[in-house]
Amino acid sequence: MRGLALVALAGMALAAGSHAMADSNDYTAISRGRYLVTAGDCVACHQGASGEFAGGRGIETPFGTIRAANITPDLETGIGTWSADDFARALHEGVAPGGRRLYPAFPYAFYTRITREDSDAMYAWLRSIPPVRNTVDRDTLPFPLNIRTVMRGWNAVFFEAGRFQPVPGRSEEWNRGAYLVTGLGHCGACHTPVNVLGASRASEAMAGQPLQGWFVPNISANEYVGIGAWGVEDIVQYLRTGATTWTRASGPMAEVVEFSTSRMTDADLRAIAVYLKDQPARGVATAPPPLSAEIPRMRAGAALFTDNCAACHRGDGQGVERLIPALAGNQIVLQRGAETLARVVVSGVRAMATDADPTAPGMPSFGWRLNDTQVADVLTYARNAWGNAAPAVEAETVRGLRPR
Amino acid sequence: MTRRLPATDVVVVGLGWTGSIMALEMARAGLRVVAIERGPWRDTSTDFPTTTAPDELRYAIRQDLFLRPAQETLTFRNNLGQTALPIRRWGSFLPGNGVGGAGVHWNGQTWRWHPWDFTHRSATIARYGQAALPADNMMQDWGITYDELEASYDRFEYLCGIAGRAGNLGGELQPGGNPFEGPRARPFPTPPMNMPLAATMFETAAAGLGWKPFPSPSANMSTAYTNFYGCRLGPCTYCGFCERFGCGNFSKASPQTCVLPALVRQRAFEARTDSQVTKVNLSTDGKRATGVTYVDTAGEAWEQPADIVLLCAYQLFNVRLLLLSGIGKPYDPVTGQGTVGRNYAYQVTGGATGFFGRERRFNPFAAAGSAGIAVDDFNADHFDHTQVGFVGGASLSCIPTSGRPIGNRPVPPGTPRWGAAWKQATRDNYNSTTSVGIQGSVMGYRGCYLDLDPTYRDALGQPLLRMTFDFQENERKMGRYCIDRTEHAMRAMGANQVRRNEHTGPYSITPYQSTHNTGGAIMGDNPTTSVANKYCQSWDVPNVFLAGACLFPMNAGLNPTGTVGALAYWAADAIRERYLKAPGALVPT
Repeated sequence: MRGLALVALAGMALAAGSHAMADSNDYTAISRGRYLVTAGDCVACHQGASGEFAGGRGIETPFGTIRAANITPDLETGIGTWSADDFARALHEGVAPGGRRLYPAFPYAFYTRITREDSDAMYAWLRSIPPVRNTVDRDTLPFPLNIRTVMRGWNAVFFEAGRFQPVPGRSEEWNRGAYLVTGLGHCGACHTPVNVLGASRASEAMAGQPLQGWFVPNISANEYVGIGAWGVEDIVQYLRTGATTWTRASGPMAEVVEFSTSRMTDADLRAIAVYLKDQPARGVATAPPPLSAEIPRMRAGAALFTDNCAACHRGDGQGVERLIPALAGNQIVLQRGAETLARVVVSGVRAMATDADPTAPGMPSFGWRLNDTQVADVLTYARNAWGNAAPAVEAETVRGLRPR
Repeated sequence: MTRRLPATDVVVVGLGWTGSIMALEMARAGLRVVAIERGPWRDTSTDFPTTTAPDELRYAIRQDLFLRPAQETLTFRNNLGQTALPIRRWGSFLPGNGVGGAGVHWNGQTWRWHPWDFTHRSATIARYGQAALPADNMMQDWGITYDELEASYDRFEYLCGIAGRAGNLGGELQPGGNPFEGPRARPFPTPPMNMPLAATMFETAAAGLGWKPFPSPSANMSTAYTNFYGCRLGPCTYCGFCERFGCGNFSKASPQTCVLPALVRQRAFEARTDSQVTKVNLSTDGKRATGVTYVDTAGEAWEQPADIVLLCAYQLFNVRLLLLSGIGKPYDPVTGQGTVGRNYAYQVTGGATGFFGRERRFNPFAAAGSAGIAVDDFNADHFDHTQVGFVGGASLSCIPTSGRPIGNRPVPPGTPRWGAAWKQATRDNYNSTTSVGIQGSVMGYRGCYLDLDPTYRDALGQPLLRMTFDFQENERKMGRYCIDRTEHAMRAMGANQVRRNEHTGPYSITPYQSTHNTGGAIMGDNPTTSVANKYCQSWDVPNVFLAGACLFPMNAGLNPTGTVGALAYWAADAIRERYLKAPGALVPT
């Protein structure tokens, strides 16, 4: 991380000047590229039945499902014919060889900040993996979005290409964190709310949003629903192991931890934490008054909790350290939207395992034995017991999360 | 046609407690490991979610997790004069099936066996003389001592996070623990469980009788615990669904909770499930195992070559595999020659049930498989046997493991077995009845053994195992003596009415008694009287190692799993630290 600013500047210089060459026999670059591809969690999208990086996975967007590209070096179906410049341009501008516009589901609005040196290293590593022949239908969006030039307009309004610029006066660690969070790690792709055209709203960075049947939590410095009350070490622990003493990653974030952050260096995880902790608090910062324990839905919820939840999450909502998440004071329980909670109760969820924390506990599905009102009531109770306070959950929210 | 697979370093037969421990230890030692398991893959979150795991009908009555007799069974007779018949529905014991084996559905009572158990023959002769040995006994020392095994017991207890109170720390007796246990190097990893009312009443009564009660050591968790592999357990909820069930709360030590999370991350490990090993293959001179043959669910036969074969199946099936493979000389009860099948033993069970009247509320449904109080005063050689006319003994315990609604309907003697009076009696007694039980030792005897049945075969055409067993006079006397004491305890607890529970007549294979079958491939210091040396290594084929209760030369008055786990670590250490450095017999013959 030392000299990161210099590296970034060097990358700028290279991009502006001569062509950078990625040497496919440069072990240092290749292994660095592998780390960067891991840190960027490219595999989260670029996977499928044919294997890692061979693409095909459907990425749900409000505009339709987009299939992730094959980024193995296969000459016909992958990116085997791409040059390092082509690769860098895709990351930097969202434009594939031949001028074909990529959709922002490929988060080039974040990747544009990646340095050319890092881009070249990632390219070198992706050249080194076995080519997989897997044709992916890349044109699954409906008219008019299937006309790629539409993205020109989108880019004109919402996208500004530009490499990462270290902020003077901030530590190297902070700047490294900024680079990872706002660039390569593209945290905001999920955690920052988007407008109706799918562009991130910078004024609400990291404030959380509903996404693909989950509620992506607020990870701004908000103490009520964000990570304002988390210590740097808590964030590092979470990203490294998927767990803190009171919570465990689940759903899409479990995959991020399993395939990406658990394989990153502690120094990088710490940089992410330092940067995140320093971002402004977004969203409602103070808890509303809790719902009265005497109202009917709270009384029903309390009884349901005792019968269905208390054995693992304990009667006091404290859970079991590093195994069963606490519900009391857990930000995930208090998010503005209850999509994640409802989904987890209805369908269940499995935590992930890491080398540091190999046990992957599961939350069973309760959807077969609790109706929508019961799920709403027990969640309303969990959001308003033991010092928690959050708006009630409605049965309609639960109904929408039932598997269709 | 048998197809040959690429060779591996180690093949593990059976992926229960011992198979998973040994597979992980071997993989961590850098060896490639293939485990072959007859039953399905099972894991906590996927197979035992808390929403469906406590299903008494499915798991306790229909025995969903157990071996199906159609997969494999055995034939049984009481003595050599009878013709053995096949068991078509399990009764007296319930062999496990699938990944985790019986470690999935055990109660979790996790004991160290006593120093006396390992030297029971020589210690009996030394204290009481040769004449004290029962008729036709085949008692023989284990070839290993408690002190040698202490570190391995410690390892297994810290793997599982066993809850208990030490009775003997490095030779210093500890208040409230078991004063008869062998010295332990350090305390239990976690404190004792919370005790149900019946257990605390037994504790008070036992102390009043001059006995020394203590918390029974438990693999149900009293608190959250993380073991040395990084695997996590949560505190027990006392739901009363341990025995015959998988635990969905991560609250019971099992291969699933304690070993598999770490094992499945080992790149050198592979599990093949729903595959039954039919034979250990030998070199032409019979002195070296070349691997195993197994059959998958499609009926296809596969040969898995390996440098080391670890037999980690259940006790009965390890013995059968040795016999089917021609490893070692089968035991002949007429001549007393041969080793394989020798010293099959079981346990003496029974006790007393007390009916306390409607005002007493035990709440038996709030229970755990090991939450209870035990007494060891009448076990092993903890009391003077000069006048009692038997060797060995039993542990006494009050461990109300469950109050499940189908199986737990205690009614006093004389109650009609159905109808309104029975219903009224179950209402009156469900919550006000409890039991104190014994678990008694059984020695090896000349006529108690395992061999291949001459008539009956399994679906693959291989002979079934034949069990020949009955309780002998020594064990019957011991049982009566110890069951008497459970009656004393029950009266001291204040029961209005006491029912004595005692099996009389020949041993019956029908009612459930205990899945603590032992022996048949015993360890020892002499290749003419034992199958394995003190490192659990076959005397005859030195690249075959054995695990499990088949190694026990006798059965003690305690649950076997602690000793099974300790021997697995002991053998794994021997392989890693001795055998790999100089492959061959670890004890010269």
